[in-house]
Amino acid sequence: MAAPAPPLARPVTPSATTYSNRSQVRRNTLLGWSFILPNFAGFALLTLVPVVATFGIAFTKWNAYSTPEFTGLDNFTRLVQDDNFRVALFNTVYYTVGHVPLTMAASLLLALALNRKLRGVAFFRTAAFFPYITSIVAVAVVWNMLYNPTQGPINQFLLSLGFEDPPGWTSDPSWAMPAVILTGVWKDMGYYMILFLAGLQTIPPELHEAAKVDGANAFQRFRNVTLPCLRPTTFFVLIMLTIGSFKVFDLIVVMTDGGPGRSTLVLSQLIYREGIVNGRFGYSSAVALALFLLVLVVTVAQYARNKRLEA
Amino acid sequence: MASVLGPRISTTAPVPPTTPAPDRRRARPVRPWATPLAYALLTVLAALLLVPFAWMVSSSLKSNSQVFTVPIQWIPRELRWENFTEIWTRVPLLTYLRNTTFLAVVITFLQVFTGSFAAYGFSKIRFPGRDGLFLAYIATIAVPWQAYMIPQYILMQKAGLVNTFTALILLQAFSAFGVFLMRQYYMSVPDELVEAARIDGLSEYGIYRRVMLPLSVPALASLALLTFVNTWNDFMGPFIYLTSNDLWTVQIGLRQFIGQYDAEYALIMTGSVISVVPILVVFLLGQRYFIQGIATSGMKG
Repeated sequence: MAAPAPPLARPVTPSATTYSNRSQVRRNTLLGWSFILPNFAGFALLTLVPVVATFGIAFTKWNAYSTPEFTGLDNFTRLVQDDNFRVALFNTVYYTVGHVPLTMAASLLLALALNRKLRGVAFFRTAAFFPYITSIVAVAVVWNMLYNPTQGPINQFLLSLGFEDPPGWTSDPSWAMPAVILTGVWKDMGYYMILFLAGLQTIPPELHEAAKVDGANAFQRFRNVTLPCLRPTTFFVLIMLTIGSFKVFDLIVVMTDGGPGRSTLVLSQLIYREGIVNGRFGYSSAVALALFLLVLVVTVAQYARNKRLEA
Repeated sequence: MASVLGPRISTTAPVPPTTPAPDRRRARPVRPWATPLAYALLTVLAALLLVPFAWMVSSSLKSNSQVFTVPIQWIPRELRWENFTEIWTRVPLLTYLRNTTFLAVVITFLQVFTGSFAAYGFSKIRFPGRDGLFLAYIATIAVPWQAYMIPQYILMQKAGLVNTFTALILLQAFSAFGVFLMRQYYMSVPDELVEAARIDGLSEYGIYRRVMLPLSVPALASLALLTFVNTWNDFMGPFIYLTSNDLWTVQIGLRQFIGQYDAEYALIMTGSVISVVPILVVFLLGQRYFIQGIATSGMKG
């Protein structure tokens, strides 16, 4: 680069380091990399390379005991015909469609209920947050017992309310997914509540005051002040929740392990089974790529929709 | 930012006292039942949220036959504290706890150190290609881990690291999240401060150690707590990589115990309680930093 050195008269901007000449740039590059390298080495080897590799491996036939062999779109034609893939895709979408709106509503309601000046409100916030930091195994253990169809507290409660035939929850193919979704909502809502609380606190109280003066009731203020001001938070929560739901894995593995039958089998579980249990690296990478594209398309669509709404 | 869990702190400038603004709320008739009602509702809500925990603790002190009784006994008639001694003889829980602690401490240390170190490079030193590189970090945060776990696994297998702690440490200690969180924080530290330290003759490493690290204690604490809790609770990593019993973490050990003795309801609950308590303690001690970490990394993402 033969650019002349910046004129001395240039006002000194509070930049991190100013480029004075080529050796300065080289010095900074070396210094900068020396800071980044310890993390970058691990990151590049274990995240960056694998991400890129997935794209290659998905187009090969590669098993644990063979060498990779390029097979073009074979894995993907197989994918379209694979019954397991279709079931897993359906279930992943099912989980997402249930989990995202419910968690969003629950966490927003929690945040609204707990965004007030009351003595001891911190205790209630901690209580709401606690499920989130509890390990998934403990959560699954407790909920599976709560869901026990004959003796579990939930069905005991339903029976006492007069329901003659309460659902079988995790032991019933048609109720297993709703049961898992419910547990997922309970576990995750505290986390998103924190994000909503942070968002609520950025809304200037004057706006609410002004709306009150204009005679708006609580619901009108929620619709016309709170919700519009929360838009950036709501959008961020939506994106995070959607990505999180599409990649659901451990909740399913510990609660139902995909069962009963295949009623809760999800895509990331299929990747695990095909790739790590069965050693079909090529095919499982194709499933992984499908999951990635699904997440990407939905996220991009949400971004586009957000842009349009903002305009 | 004010602690989100604490009482709300107004960030708006105080109204000048000369002209007291008419407060509409005061002008309305006072509703004496409003506060008790709010408490009643919040208590009901909290109770509903905590029912599973209450049931877990209560069941952990029962005998197997007492766990499912109609109606539910919330406080067992006789408390079986023996469960908490018996569990140690039934499962090598001590080994599991030791393994989990080891992994959580090593991973947290590496993550905090390399993350904050790299974040300094990304925020306070200018060099060509820096921002492109940072973009690569950010982009991978959005890629679901499941999408690249197969190549990772192949890599570990080729390196002979499957079924070792090294695999888990390598996988979790260099995450992009730590770099991202710390960089967010360092960006808010004025460059003038760093510049002044440079003029005073401190090297970049000196600035990192003597200026940035002391300034970023809250962010370091946030990252450390989030990483520790995530590693402690991690299920997928150990589930995929650790196959021998003596390497298992609490999560895997507990799950195995459930599979093996699925009718030992009470002991399963006892194990669950023991697996949750350390995290509860860590969380309650560092709650403020924990929440701040989520709020900052979340809101600025």
